[in-house]
Amino acid sequence: MASENPPILSVTRLTKSYRAAGEEVAVLRGVNLAVARGESVALTGESGSGKSTLLHLIAGLDAADGGEIRLGETRLSDLGDAGRAELRRDRLGLVFQQFNLIPSLSVADNLAFQSRIAGRHDAAWHDELVERLGLGAFLKRYPEQLSGGQQQRVAIGRALAPKPLLLLADEPTGNLDEDTADDVLQLARDLVARTGCGFLMVTHSARLAATLDRQVTLHAGRVA
Amino acid sequence: MSRALWILAVLLSHWRRHPMQLATLLIGLISATALWSGVQALNQQARNAYDRAAATFGGARTAMLVGKDSATIPQKLFVDLRRAGWPVSPVMEGRVQIGGRSFRLLGIEPVTLPGEVGSAPAIGRGDLQSFVTPPGTMLVAPETLRDLGLTEGATPQANGTTLPPLRAQQQLVPGVLVVDIGIAQTILRMPGQVSRLLVGKSRAPHATLQSVAGDTLRLVAPDAESDLERLTDSFHLNLTAFGLLSFFVGLFIVNSAIGLAFEQRLPMLRTLRACGVSARMLNTVLVLELVSLAFVAGLIGLVCGYFIAAALLPDVAASLRGLYGAQIPGQLTLKGEWWLAGVAISILGALAAAAASLTKAIRMPVLVSAQPQAWQQAQRRWLVLQSAAALAVFAIAGGLIWLGDSLLAGFAVLAALMLGAALILPMLLELVLGFGERRARQPVSLWFWADSRQQLSGLSLALMALLLALAVNVGVSTMVESFNRTFLVWLDGRLASDVYINATSDTQATAIKAWLKDRPEVDAILPGGRADTQFGGVPIEVLGLPDHATYRDHWPLLEQTQNAWVRLRPGDTALISEQLSRRMKLGIGDRIEVPAPGGNWPLEIVGIYADYGNPKGQIAVNFAALTRRFPQTPLTRMGLRVAPEKIPPLIAALQDKFGLDDRSVADQATMKADSRRIFNRTFSVTAALNAFTLGVAGIALLTSLLTLANSRLPQLAPLWAIGLTRRRLAVIELLKTLSVALITALFALPLGLLVAWCLLAIVNVKAFGWRLPFHVFPLQLIQLLGIALAAALCAAALPVARLARMQPASLIRIFVNER
Repeated sequence: MASENPPILSVTRLTKSYRAAGEEVAVLRGVNLAVARGESVALTGESGSGKSTLLHLIAGLDAADGGEIRLGETRLSDLGDAGRAELRRDRLGLVFQQFNLIPSLSVADNLAFQSRIAGRHDAAWHDELVERLGLGAFLKRYPEQLSGGQQQRVAIGRALAPKPLLLLADEPTGNLDEDTADDVLQLARDLVARTGCGFLMVTHSARLAATLDRQVTLHAGRVA
Repeated sequence: MSRALWILAVLLSHWRRHPMQLATLLIGLISATALWSGVQALNQQARNAYDRAAATFGGARTAMLVGKDSATIPQKLFVDLRRAGWPVSPVMEGRVQIGGRSFRLLGIEPVTLPGEVGSAPAIGRGDLQSFVTPPGTMLVAPETLRDLGLTEGATPQANGTTLPPLRAQQQLVPGVLVVDIGIAQTILRMPGQVSRLLVGKSRAPHATLQSVAGDTLRLVAPDAESDLERLTDSFHLNLTAFGLLSFFVGLFIVNSAIGLAFEQRLPMLRTLRACGVSARMLNTVLVLELVSLAFVAGLIGLVCGYFIAAALLPDVAASLRGLYGAQIPGQLTLKGEWWLAGVAISILGALAAAAASLTKAIRMPVLVSAQPQAWQQAQRRWLVLQSAAALAVFAIAGGLIWLGDSLLAGFAVLAALMLGAALILPMLLELVLGFGERRARQPVSLWFWADSRQQLSGLSLALMALLLALAVNVGVSTMVESFNRTFLVWLDGRLASDVYINATSDTQATAIKAWLKDRPEVDAILPGGRADTQFGGVPIEVLGLPDHATYRDHWPLLEQTQNAWVRLRPGDTALISEQLSRRMKLGIGDRIEVPAPGGNWPLEIVGIYADYGNPKGQIAVNFAALTRRFPQTPLTRMGLRVAPEKIPPLIAALQDKFGLDDRSVADQATMKADSRRIFNRTFSVTAALNAFTLGVAGIALLTSLLTLANSRLPQLAPLWAIGLTRRRLAVIELLKTLSVALITALFALPLGLLVAWCLLAIVNVKAFGWRLPFHVFPLQLIQLLGIALAAALCAAALPVARLARMQPASLIRIFVNER
């Protein structure tokens, strides 16, 4: 439905291999993918199909062997380490299965962290995030004092605080029970809709994938 | 900028959540900086004093002309050289006694004194008149005036002459008296003679030395290093070595704290990278954080270093005075460079200690890759690499023993030995613990050994610090005890007379001798005397020994020809001190020529004796021959043989009759007690630094255990869950710490004895010129073993107590918290 919008992410003929036990293993074998502004896409597939690898390449955490990734007008292969870091900081939001919060910072500081280093801190949006994520009572707590669901809400808030172009989530509900997972994903979808950014989520769950606009399935390193 | 500050704030937030880790890091840096800077402050204080002494009216820092074959030169040569255009100025030097105490008397000629010679302008134009015209003025350091208990204007007696009025001068070193040269010649009874001629830097044309003075004079080039600096080099090198050791032990703490903090912060660093912080920015901020912490710790360390130096200064000053006659002011004054160097060393030390962690941070991939190796494999590779490095370092030590022939090479051998031992320690522990594991049958004991092995990588740095501190303690204690035992035996031989007298003048000495001859309780009067001269370009003492059974029976000789004492009688043979023998490579049967006022004195060496504690080389000759060759030798010293019960009344009678104070007449027991006191004080600085190093090693162990304690919960919680009580776990943890400490201490004992051997056989010989016999003191070793275990017990007590009292909730969290 949102595909009428111009794509903010376009992945063309992407390839990636690893060496394991002395052998070359092709993880991605020419993947094509596009995500439009305001569109939410679920990336599914069996273990080892290359979902997380694709997400890491899009996030600039790793470099592709071939093909092209464009985020807006920017071609990732043109960027060095600093450029890719800048891209993640200013235009991407990342959410991981392990939450990856900074244990020594309070919830409030964790939430504001990325928007502050991006120089795009918006107090009103920050307050709205706090309210929508239901974190008002926990702002002074530290991550270890929160439940898994609460920690993942903080992670989503941190990723969306700088109003990114694209939110990337790698199994964001993998560590949560079903109810909490539904709850967290609903919040993520609402906030994505509110900001109008694109949303690409890696998940094993067909049930959760079905709640997004579109599903893309990877099989043996290709889009099935 | 604000981005960097945000990242810095995030990095710093880690320390807020882990204050103990921050304290560990700061303690490490503070201890390292404090001990290093404290030692440097002491060295700087002493070197300033040497500079002051060297600059006093043309010391070694000024070019000079000296007699080729005699201790003095005729004053006429001074006049001839001035006429020939040489910018020379005469100096007369000798020793005088005031109130039974010996002082260095310098006679100068202020009008011709070269401008570049230190202290010259301080006499002042107004005072010049009173300085050169009778009765003259005697310049002394304020400290000397205080020591003598006199005030300015006083005119004390010396060598039977009334000295000119005393005047205090700040720039002078204590123990030196400065007068006009004419007055010095009168006091020393050497009219028309001068000791040397200072040569100014004037470039005016002048005739050749040969054409004016023939072959009688020798030009001595100015020396960048004074005699005192040369003599005390070994003392300062020893202090520096201790400072360096403590510094490295402190850095072990820093390395362990930073390494642990890095491991704990890895997820945080990865998150920062994932959030868009570039690798360059992250590493820059990591370095900035470290430098900031090191700066703060460096400043605190400097303040602590100042207090350490102030506390040790009296003992250092006493040691330098006792060993080398160097006068060091008791008030610590520090230059700006000391503060800057202290902060710099703290920052550089922190960067060095963090180098491995920072390199890891630079190379850190953003994505966590699976670790293909089990910890055992990783540890095995690390142990093999480290052991190979240890063997390479041992080979270097062997090469240095074989080829090295300097004090620095001696210290390098010590450093290489200790570094090699520290590197090989983890492998030794691994072997012992692996042996224990193979022998264990019960599951808990099996876990005990296996878990101890797994802990090795986390504890090894602290254990290395403990090993080094213990080895140095064993080494230094063995050396000091060996020295003590040898020194006491030697002292018994050297102080064989029952009463020692030091008369205020030759006249008084003659009167005392005449009086003593009529005292039936005096079995023998043993006159003594010493003269100063130069040999091979360095100052030496010539000691006169009377021909008496007291010396023949007691004086300790290391080597001698047959009938050495008999051969000494005619005055054509000499005994030489061990240090002079080693320094000049002289042995029995060698012939030497000693410069004396009447010309060179040819002597054959018939014996070598130990002369511990004397920085100067010494030659012992027959007393009568000495007075013939050095007629100006003061005859004020004598020893008496008296039955023990008659000593106190004789001393009382001497004091009553001749007004001698306690410094001028003393019995053998008092002299020995004084010597032992000086000896003990000499090593009190070493003992204090020893204790500091051991203390820092204890802290290193404590901090390692504390920082490991939290990361060990995942290993301990499953054991608790399957039925081991917290108390039992705590006891097992304590036993594990004590076991590895005991293995380390047992390894430290032979290493320490090797260190002692190096100190006695290499360092002492190069530094002082004497070799001491090597003794092993089992009780002392057992005591040090006890101290090591006590240190380990203290270090383990806190983390173990915390474990014993840990709430079950903390252990449950290991299982429920998503990790």
